Order: sequence, then C-alpha cells, then structure tokens
Amino acid sequence: MNRRRWLTGAAAGALGAMLTACNRLTANAGVQQTLARAEGLTRRAQRLVVDRKALAQEFAAAEISRDFRANGSISPGDPDYRALVESGFADWRLVIDGLVERPMALSLAQLRSQPARTQITRHDCVEGWSAIGKWSGARLGPLLDKAGLKPQARYIVFHCADTLDPNVSPALGRYYESIDLIDAYHPQTILAYDMNDAPLAVKHGAPLRLRVERQLGYKHAKYLMRLEAVADLAGIGGGQGGFWEDRGYEWYAGI
Amino acid sequence: MSPAPSARVFVARHSLVVRLTHWTNVAALLVLLLSGLQIFNAHPALYWGDVSVFDRPWVAMFAAERGETAVGLTKIGPWTFETTGVLGFSDNQVRGFPAWATLPGYRSLADGRRWHFFFAWLFVLNGLVYWSAALVGGHLRRDLLPRRGELSPRHLAAEAAAHARLRFAKGEAALGYNTLQKLAYLAVIAGLLPLMVLTGLSMSPGVNAGLPWLPELFGGRQSARTIHFLSAGLIVLFVVVHLLMVAAAGPANSLRAMITGKFAVTPGDAS
Repeated sequence: MNRRRWLTGAAAGALGAMLTACNRLTANAGVQQTLARAEGLTRRAQRLVVDRKALAQEFAAAEISRDFRANGSISPGDPDYRALVESGFADWRLVIDGLVERPMALSLAQLRSQPARTQITRHDCVEGWSAIGKWSGARLGPLLDKAGLKPQARYIVFHCADTLDPNVSPALGRYYESIDLIDAYHPQTILAYDMNDAPLAVKHGAPLRLRVERQLGYKHAKYLMRLEAVADLAGIGGGQGGFWEDRGYEWYAGI
Repeated sequence: MSPAPSARVFVARHSLVVRLTHWTNVAALLVLLLSGLQIFNAHPALYWGDVSVFDRPWVAMFAAERGETAVGLTKIGPWTFETTGVLGFSDNQVRGFPAWATLPGYRSLADGRRWHFFFAWLFVLNGLVYWSAALVGGHLRRDLLPRRGELSPRHLAAEAAAHARLRFAKGEAALGYNTLQKLAYLAVIAGLLPLMVLTGLSMSPGVNAGLPWLPELFGGRQSARTIHFLSAGLIVLFVVVHLLMVAAAGPANSLRAMITGKFAVTPGDAS
C-alpha cells in the first residue's frame, strides 16, 4: 500500500514537474521564435501549392447556417461607434489612405455602387467551428486600383471601430487586421455590406466587414473604418499585423 | 570458435533510419497530441458535415451548475456522462481536457497552435524520410508486408491465441515481426498517420481553396475535424497496446534494439 502510494505520488510529482517545464518552455522567447518559424514555412508551402487566384469553396443557398455565431466584439461600446449606429451609419465613411495616389472617403451608398461580388462561403473560426453564410460586398481589388496603390505599398491594414481589449492603450486594444496584396487582389476578397441578403447586423460587423475567404475568421475584420496601404506593419498596433497577431496568433491564418 | 550454446549474441535488428524516425515520431506525436487537445479545448465539441450546428454536436464537453458546485459533463451521441475533474470541468475551470493533458497546461490556443504546426512539419518530414527509406531500402517489403500464408485464417488464429496467452517468439524467430505486428504497424504507418495529415490539411481554409475535394473526401470540414480527433484516439490506443506488448515481450531487449539497433539472441532458444 505504501509502495503504491509512493509510486502514485512520484508519478504525480513527475507529471507536475513536466507540466511546469512545458509551461516554462512555452513562455521562453527563444522557443516561441523557433516555433513561430513554422508559420513562414506554412505560408510559402500553401502559396506554392495553391494558385493565387484559386477560389475558396462556395456552397448552395440551402447550406447557409441558421446559427452563424458572432465572435470577438458583438456590440462595441465605443461612443463614436454607438453614435454611428444611432444615425443608421448616415455619417459613416470608409477612408482609404496611406500609400495611395488618391485618398478616398466612401459612403455606404457609394460602396454599394462599386464592382461587387456575392458568395456563399464557409467561415472557419480559429477555435475550430465552421458556419456557412452568404456575403455581398465591394471587391477590394478594383477599389485599390481606384485609389491607386503606390509602388511601395505591400500590405493593406484594416482599422476597426471596436475596442476588444479595454485594459490596454487604444492603439493596442482597438481591433485591426492586415493582409498582403496577393489576398487583397483575390477575386473573393470583398468588403461585405450584406449578409444573407440583409444589411450586416451589428454583431457581424455593421456596416462593413472584410471577407478574405482563404484565411481563418479573425482575419475577417469587422466594423471597418479605414483602409491604410503600408509598406511595413511594424509601426501599427503591437507591430505583428493584427489584434490577435499581437497576442501570439499567426499573421498568415491559412491553417 | 563458435560461442557456447547458452551465450547471448547481439544481432542487428533495426536500421539507423528506423530508429531515428521512430524516436522523432515519439516526440512529434506526443507534442501533437498534447497541443492538439489544447486546440480542441478552444471549442470542445465535434460535428459531422461541413459546418457546426451548435445545438447538435455529437460530442461535447461542458460544465453545468449543480446546486452550489459546478460539474463537468461529456455528451457522446444521445448519452451524457458526469466527468467532473477530467472532462468538461477541472481545476475549478470550465475546460474540455484537463491541464495535465494539454500543451501548454494553461489555456492558450495561440501557443497550442504554435507547438502543433511546428511539430506537424517535423512529423510530416520525418514521415517522408521513413517512407522513402522503407520503399527504397526494402524495409517495407522485407519486414512489414505479410508473406504468403501469413494471412491465412489458421495462421492468424494461431498467432492471436499465442498473443492472448502472452507467448511471444523467442530467439531467432523474434528477429522478424509476427503477422499481427505487421498488420498493426501497417495500419498505423500507412493508415492512421497519413490520415492525420490529410484530415489536418482538410481543416485549413488555404488548402481548401487549392484542393476542395480534400475536405469533401471526409464529408466536410467538421467531419474531417471529427475524424482527426478519432484517429488521434486510435493512435493513443495503438501506443498503449504497443507499450504493453513491449513490456510483455521483454522491455530491456526491445528498448535496446530500438536505441542501439542490437537485439540479444540466445542461439538454440526455441521460439
């Protein structure tokens, strides 16, 4: 009996020590940097295997999910955003600036008259669940052409209206995302104003959200306010290219 | 001079490639399992088909209030089991699998994914090395594919009976795999392990765009996630049986053979 108790104790102790070691290893900056290298390998491998213009799978209307979950901010409390909701987004403008020849500010009505695309696609959350929705929106590629990207522009940054983490400075707590020009010019990359044939609901990112169908859910920034063309992501937010990227998630969310 | 009849001789048993890839696989699969459970914990429920119908998972782990205390519950199909302390609720936290089964132990989907994808690459590259060597070097044909007669029901029944009595080949007969061993190893290296890679890739939205038939092969992305989880469970089951068999057949000799390559044989030992 004593021996068994000793063995159980020793096993539990060994397990505890291993757990602590694993947690310490995970917290180690060098280990993190090494593990994060896999992301570049994954991005290059996927870009090698998957054609730049290959479309994400599209589905039939009958397959649209009735319980499409909303994640992240679902009802932003930011006063400026609340005011926009109250006025039915009448004063809302999408700003396109940064490294562009012709900065623009577009109303919802102007966006709705741009070259558009409708697609029924599957949304894959990083948590593991999926839901199918129908999205209509202005294609990002033609909009960027209209604004005229400068040759130095390499990424499009999406600045959002919602503060997802109120415990840090606004620069770090405000949601933002970024994609490169390959994804920005992909035919299915749209700024969606309609979901399932109705104007976007607040919980899904009203009045406008990004759809970048070949990546995970957190790339699909909601509550869009401003698109900024940049050469480098270093100066923005925490410097990793997005709200969740600043918190350890992959910038390339193709897996 | 030949050795005395009872003297042990060491015989080459496992090639260097087999030994290196075996231990790399041990490390990779352990990290993939623990970090996989961390990722699973971000949404501890499984579905069939393309999407998650949230009120109809076929497996779900969750917590519920019972009086003053929280209990952990696990739903599998129509049945719900109380699994407090292990699944659904452990260490005063709502979580699918407990801290000791996840990497890292604390809740972090981001860190779990980093471990998982780094070791997924290691696992795939290791598998490619193993498969190339097994095909080119003859390991597959020589050691793993059953020989004529080995698949006959009579032979298989005799082997199963011997296994059930924990009677294993000794001496020189132990230098090759028996048929049940061959079939188990083939099922893992040609079945479950490639299935893990394919179902894993089926969950990638990037790969989906290039190879839309891949998730469809498994019945949709959520089905692929389910199969990924189930075949991970089967691999765990294989490892448990494998370790029991090693323990029963002589752990020191088997372990030495898988580390140094040398297997001790006593000539004249009957099988």
